[in-house]
Amino acid sequence: MSSGCPPSACSGCAVPGRSPASLQRLGLGLENWDHVVALAGNPNTGKSTVFNNLTGLRQHTGNWPGKTIARAEGGFSYRDRRYKLVDLPGTYSLLSSSLDEEVARDFILFGKPDVTVVVVDATALERNLNLALQVLQITDRTIVCLNLMDEARAHGLRIDTRGLARDLGVPVIPTAARQREGMEELLGEIERVATGQLAARPRRLTYDVPGLRDAIRRLAAEVEAAVPGVANAPWIALRLLHGDESVRRALARGELGLVSEDAAVGGVGAAA
Amino acid sequence: MKTGTPSPGLGPVSDAEADRPNPGDRVILGSSPRIEAVLGLAEELRWRVPPEFHDRCVEEIYGESARIAARNVVRSGVSSRQTWQRRMDAFLTGRWTGFPAMIAVLAVALWITIVGANVPSAAMAGVLVDTLHPALKSGLGQLGMPWWLNGLLVDGLYLTTAWVVSVMLPPMLIFFPMFTLLEDFGYLPRVAFNLDRLFQRAGAHGKQALTMSMGWGCNAAGVTACRIIDSPRERLIAILTNNFALCNGRWPTQILIATVFVGSLVAPALAGVAAAVAVLGVALLGVVLSLGVSWALSRTLLRGEASAFSLELPPYRPPRFWRTLYTSLIDRTLFVLWRAVLFAAPAGVAIWCVANITVTGRPLAFWAIAGLEPLGWVMGLSGVILLAYVIAIPANEIVVPSILMLTVLVTGMTELGQGAGVMFEAGDNVLKKLLVAGGWTPMTAVCLMLFSLCHNPCSTTLYTIYKETGSWRWTVWSALIPMAIGFVLCAGTAAVWRWIAG
Repeated sequence: MSSGCPPSACSGCAVPGRSPASLQRLGLGLENWDHVVALAGNPNTGKSTVFNNLTGLRQHTGNWPGKTIARAEGGFSYRDRRYKLVDLPGTYSLLSSSLDEEVARDFILFGKPDVTVVVVDATALERNLNLALQVLQITDRTIVCLNLMDEARAHGLRIDTRGLARDLGVPVIPTAARQREGMEELLGEIERVATGQLAARPRRLTYDVPGLRDAIRRLAAEVEAAVPGVANAPWIALRLLHGDESVRRALARGELGLVSEDAAVGGVGAAA
Repeated sequence: MKTGTPSPGLGPVSDAEADRPNPGDRVILGSSPRIEAVLGLAEELRWRVPPEFHDRCVEEIYGESARIAARNVVRSGVSSRQTWQRRMDAFLTGRWTGFPAMIAVLAVALWITIVGANVPSAAMAGVLVDTLHPALKSGLGQLGMPWWLNGLLVDGLYLTTAWVVSVMLPPMLIFFPMFTLLEDFGYLPRVAFNLDRLFQRAGAHGKQALTMSMGWGCNAAGVTACRIIDSPRERLIAILTNNFALCNGRWPTQILIATVFVGSLVAPALAGVAAAVAVLGVALLGVVLSLGVSWALSRTLLRGEASAFSLELPPYRPPRFWRTLYTSLIDRTLFVLWRAVLFAAPAGVAIWCVANITVTGRPLAFWAIAGLEPLGWVMGLSGVILLAYVIAIPANEIVVPSILMLTVLVTGMTELGQGAGVMFEAGDNVLKKLLVAGGWTPMTAVCLMLFSLCHNPCSTTLYTIYKETGSWRWTVWSALIPMAIGFVLCAGTAAVWRWIAG
């Protein structure tokens, strides 16, 4: 950091390494946040490393899938806004019913994060995009964090970030979290999405199955009528058609319509 | 959840992980007619969509991912790193090389710990026990503190805590970072890969190898880690058998006893190796028992087939050495040490009390030891050791300090309190002398090492098991199974030993 840096901007410089100047790590200090940011992603893509970089916490990271079992929460402040960051368990999909997938899925759905950052492994893009696409069906406010770019380079992979962003319809930020590369860009994008400066048009799947589109349309209309302002009626309709018990329950309890994050998080019931 | 409540996200067994309520205990509230209509329509429409629509949706997602990835990724040439990783995997997960490599890694880690921890352990004990303890005692005495309060605080609370710190900290400082480095490197999933076939044959989940490895750090953390196992049946098996993974509270016990008794059986130059081999043997026996009990459970109480799962072998990553060292120190070592101290302090008070409160002219401890002695004899142990295990239910870490303090009391080798500090002056030899005076033989040492592997989990682990299973029945089973096996193992070993020794 240059010596001309004002003292207030230096609070983020306490941790060695390239730290974005306007980032202030708040650790567990989570009071009065303005926005909630969720970190989702396949196991072992470096979610916890991103989490630690942003919050200054030292959530243990390990090189094996399944390291983060429950949610971890931390806080940071960036350009005068306070964010609560929630590190979700790593999952390959959001469609099955194992405990860790439910924790992640329920939070994205009922916790109503302002921004969901999907951390993907740049060296295994195809497999990782499965989850990213599933998240995109649930929420518009998604950023794809293309992590492990250093390893992708070492493996001789070149990824067209802009093309990827165009195909997915959401921002794609290349990062190497272990080297703290790309954190500033990620923070800027989180801010833009959280404040609504950037309205993404994520790729939605068409569900090309006979009778399905029609069923989804009818049911989604009914869901929207019953729960005014619900963000992702078609997805909820799809889950209801599949007989998803937790979505059914949430609907019956009126959890889907609640805007207050308070009551919504209660349905997840993990860290309290 | 209240707004702004900070949730502890640190440490292997933070409340955030332990306090998760059991799914299914929610109350379904009555809902509005509109919602009823939605649910009704959903039921109706479900009959009109093709039954396999879910699979087709999943296929669509996969197809889309493949298309998007293919469009945006260019692979140029063969990377040397990939070749190197493939060779590494061929060796570490190879059919003939995988197991020897695994055992060698563990053996080397133990050997480094045993050899490396001796010197700092003795040095710390020299300061904390030999110098500070008498100074504190006489200092507080001169200030006019009554003898009983002085004894309670200095001989009970302080001495036990000092013992725990000096015995536990050095091995933890060496063992944990090594474990974390291996974890960062990406070795754990390879271990799971190697062990998968064995666990599957035992009717258990292959990921149980991962939860077992976590248990080597802390059983409570290992039990929580069992959440990565989807099938409830296999998850229960993993929870019930996690105690057979030696936890950090028991590694120091194993290492100490092996160093003092097994190490002294061979030439001094080989003492470290012999001790490491003995501890390795106990750790491997734990793995065997874990497999055996899983096998027995999946054929009796928890019948069923092992389910299939996919395990991703992550790329090897060069661990960031200093950062790992630091994280391991903060997250594991200090966390575990703090917990040990937290439990050791009250246990020290308890030990001092049973040693100093007299009933019909004898200390309470005397009666308890006399009562437990017959059972102890059968198991090749002693009443002192069993009483120590009762006192140490809150935390395994304090077993050895409890044994030593009670032995000092029983042998009457020195005045209680004053003499306890002498133990360390000449290092392990005096320790051995004291234990031999307490009636210890190599058989006692072997039986203690076995019993330390097989006894009830500590109270924190039991509480975690209750939290995770939501069942008292399984919690009781998780305590009874290792205790029963421990009894049989110890009694059997003692009987055979006595028969051979005549």
